[in-house]
Amino acid sequence: MTKHEPLIHIVKRDGMAWWRAWAIRLISAVMALLVCALFIYGLTKLNPIKVYGAMWEGAFGSPRRAWITARDTAILLCIGVGLAPAFMMRFWNVGAEGQVLMGGCATAAVLIYGGAALPTWALLCAGALASLAAGALWGLIPALFKARWNTNETLFTLMMNYIAIQITCFLVATWENPKGSNSVGIINQKTQAGWFPALFGQQYMMNVILVLALTVGVFLYLRYTKQGYEISVVGESENTARYAGINVRRVLVRTMAISGAICGLSGFVAVAGSSHTISTSTAGGRGFTAIIVAWMAKFNTFVMVLIALLLVFLEKGAVQIASQFHLNDYASDVVTGIILFFLLGSEFFIQYSLRFRSHTHAKEAEA
Amino acid sequence: MAEEFAVRMVNITKTFGHVVANDKVYLELRRGEILSLLGENGSGKTTLMNMLSGIYFPDEGQIYINGREVTIASPHDAYALGIGMVHQHFKLVDVLTAAENIALGLPGGVVVDRKGIAEKVRQICDRYGFSVDPDKKIYDMSVSEKQTLEIVKTLYRGAEILILDEPTAVLTPQETKKLFDVMRNMRADGKSIIIITHKLAEVLEISDRVTVLRKGEYIGDMDTAKADARALTDMMVGRTVTLNIQRDEPVNVQRRLEIRNLTVKDSDGVTRLDDINLDVYAGEILGVAGISGCGQKELLEAIAGLQTAVSGSSVKYRPTGPDGPAEELLGLGPRAVSDRGIRLAFVPEDRLGMGLVANMDLVDNMMLKEYRSGKSPIVERRHPSEMAREIVRELEVVTPGIDTPVRKLSGGNVQKILVGREIAMNPTVLMSAYAVRGLDINTSYTIYRLLGEQKKAGVAVIYVGEDLDVLLQLCDRIAVLCGGRLNGVLDGRTATKEEVGYLMTTLQADRKEASA
Repeated sequence: MTKHEPLIHIVKRDGMAWWRAWAIRLISAVMALLVCALFIYGLTKLNPIKVYGAMWEGAFGSPRRAWITARDTAILLCIGVGLAPAFMMRFWNVGAEGQVLMGGCATAAVLIYGGAALPTWALLCAGALASLAAGALWGLIPALFKARWNTNETLFTLMMNYIAIQITCFLVATWENPKGSNSVGIINQKTQAGWFPALFGQQYMMNVILVLALTVGVFLYLRYTKQGYEISVVGESENTARYAGINVRRVLVRTMAISGAICGLSGFVAVAGSSHTISTSTAGGRGFTAIIVAWMAKFNTFVMVLIALLLVFLEKGAVQIASQFHLNDYASDVVTGIILFFLLGSEFFIQYSLRFRSHTHAKEAEA
Repeated sequence: MAEEFAVRMVNITKTFGHVVANDKVYLELRRGEILSLLGENGSGKTTLMNMLSGIYFPDEGQIYINGREVTIASPHDAYALGIGMVHQHFKLVDVLTAAENIALGLPGGVVVDRKGIAEKVRQICDRYGFSVDPDKKIYDMSVSEKQTLEIVKTLYRGAEILILDEPTAVLTPQETKKLFDVMRNMRADGKSIIIITHKLAEVLEISDRVTVLRKGEYIGDMDTAKADARALTDMMVGRTVTLNIQRDEPVNVQRRLEIRNLTVKDSDGVTRLDDINLDVYAGEILGVAGISGCGQKELLEAIAGLQTAVSGSSVKYRPTGPDGPAEELLGLGPRAVSDRGIRLAFVPEDRLGMGLVANMDLVDNMMLKEYRSGKSPIVERRHPSEMAREIVRELEVVTPGIDTPVRKLSGGNVQKILVGREIAMNPTVLMSAYAVRGLDINTSYTIYRLLGEQKKAGVAVIYVGEDLDVLLQLCDRIAVLCGGRLNGVLDGRTATKEEVGYLMTTLQADRKEASA
């Protein structure tokens, strides 16, 4: 009766000092850059340092580029912040894409139908409220079904995305301008009614301030309010929540309304503050990318700022090296992929340690 | 040449970590007999049988099948020797039919020979008096049908030695009778059968002999013809051990909870608690004894508002004694109970899955029941922090700090935090389920002392326990549950271990006196 011991044991760690965890992340980032360098040199014979320089150039090379990076970071961050309460509750909301689109559609409707009648501040308030309501509705529907019939929220929220995409298509066709262009065009291009005004001379300053305020707000909400505490308890164990007298269904529905509303507000920022148009690409996959943002940050909204910035930086840098070095778009996607792979993989080594066979044998011999 | 014993297990020892599950156990199964394997929960019955069926491998000892020493390293080896086991939890694939489940894992081609299987299944059924529909899907089957299929499956594979692990736990009395008929038919056909059970009545009814285990040790065996329920109980529970738990005389005893006609059904509609009538008094510790799964969990959870009771059930709460005002607890739910100022403390069996949040630190766990207090939407962590520090100091909790997640603490320290929190709410009723399970001696005594102090402070304490020695030396009264029914209430000072053990295993015909 000899059992063959596997060569490697995967053992869950009991926890790790924060500095060691960050050291592992740093090492994996360096390794990612090294592997990318090998890849770049091996395939294109370009100088990797130059390529990295170009990536930096693409994201932060000029004030304008830096502001566009900031603008896109703000939207991605806003969606990630919106996902945080749902994920903290272990409610797998993969419907941010749809919630963003619904918020965007609501905003576009306000700008189109109220553009001539209302002053900008009123348009902005109305747009914000409409997008919050639309996003909340899109978050509420799967939550109500989950609370009532225990439906699977992952499938439900995912499918809600496709409904939102179809609604957006319908609205784009309705609002088509000019006719036959199959797009809405820039809304209120002449009057700029309902656009985010420039603050301190910067066109995108308001986006950044609004999203940072939300980031702080959600952080405080989750950490210091009774509702935030309830979300944590429900997320950790529904049994404990019931034992403590928490109404699990109510927390579920309330939290998803909040989560959906913030994602809807991201649509407002994207339409009124950034693209000034609406299309199915208004969300552009950011509803899914934000899942990575929320998870890598372990739902800490301040850490999300860094992650969102990193992802947008990689995206902008990839576009830049693609055009500057006449590389195929896919080459830059590979670079982005390698970096993400290493960063996500580092979390494995923070959670688990590897024990080799000889190691455990030595331990048994000691015992 | 016919050897007398189908199975002989000699000197079998099996340890898991530092727990000795089986300690030099003997077992002999004669050809064509039904042997009961009797013992309390955790006495090592299932472990022993798992070694016979190839799931575990013994650390020490020998197994002889038909007189020949064998090595059983896998369930496959066991089948080759003609040993088949029907587990408590069935091992069937829900979406397949009966015939397909029988064919699973058997050698043969890619095509399932449904006709051939159905024919052979029919032969087995006719021979022993089963009824199995080979084309029925598992998810359409009742529990009893699934069990029948499991037995047919082992027979189909040619088992001569059958092991049934608590087969009657899931059956109605009528189904049990049918099963026993089938078992007798199999015996008549020369099969040898081991039935694991802790129900004395069944031991006496079905088996020829009985082997008794207690706390992993072999106690003895005897012919059931010569045995009676008392003698078997004695063997099962053993002699009383003196523990020196401090037990004060109850003072100012007054009725606090009146449980009337309490019936609870689970989500499958199975009755888990059947018409319980019981009073709980302030100033005493009421012990609740019973084989595990006899309604203890449902009783506490119904009182705590976590289980829905059948209408007509009632639990009245009387804060000021039998003549004072009364409040109906059922139907309120834990939130409404605490909103009404009823301080009901509950130490559940599942400490980290229900009583505490494993990933939260001590402070956040302290807040679990009081975080709602006050109008502010902001949580207040100052008082919980003080509470956590005080509990750590008073109960000598070993922890790196109050900001450590409780999952990182040892079992004893986790329990101290849970009990400490529940006592800190100044309860009027304190319920605990298996409060010392898995704890070391010192921590166990700390828990006994805390419960004793609560009793002296006029709290109505309910202690659901499994160690009879502790129940008899800690509790003032002991309510014994058996199969979801209240089978008797004994005086903790005069009752004997045998009496409690007897009530745990043998349902009394007349339950009227029990509710007195």
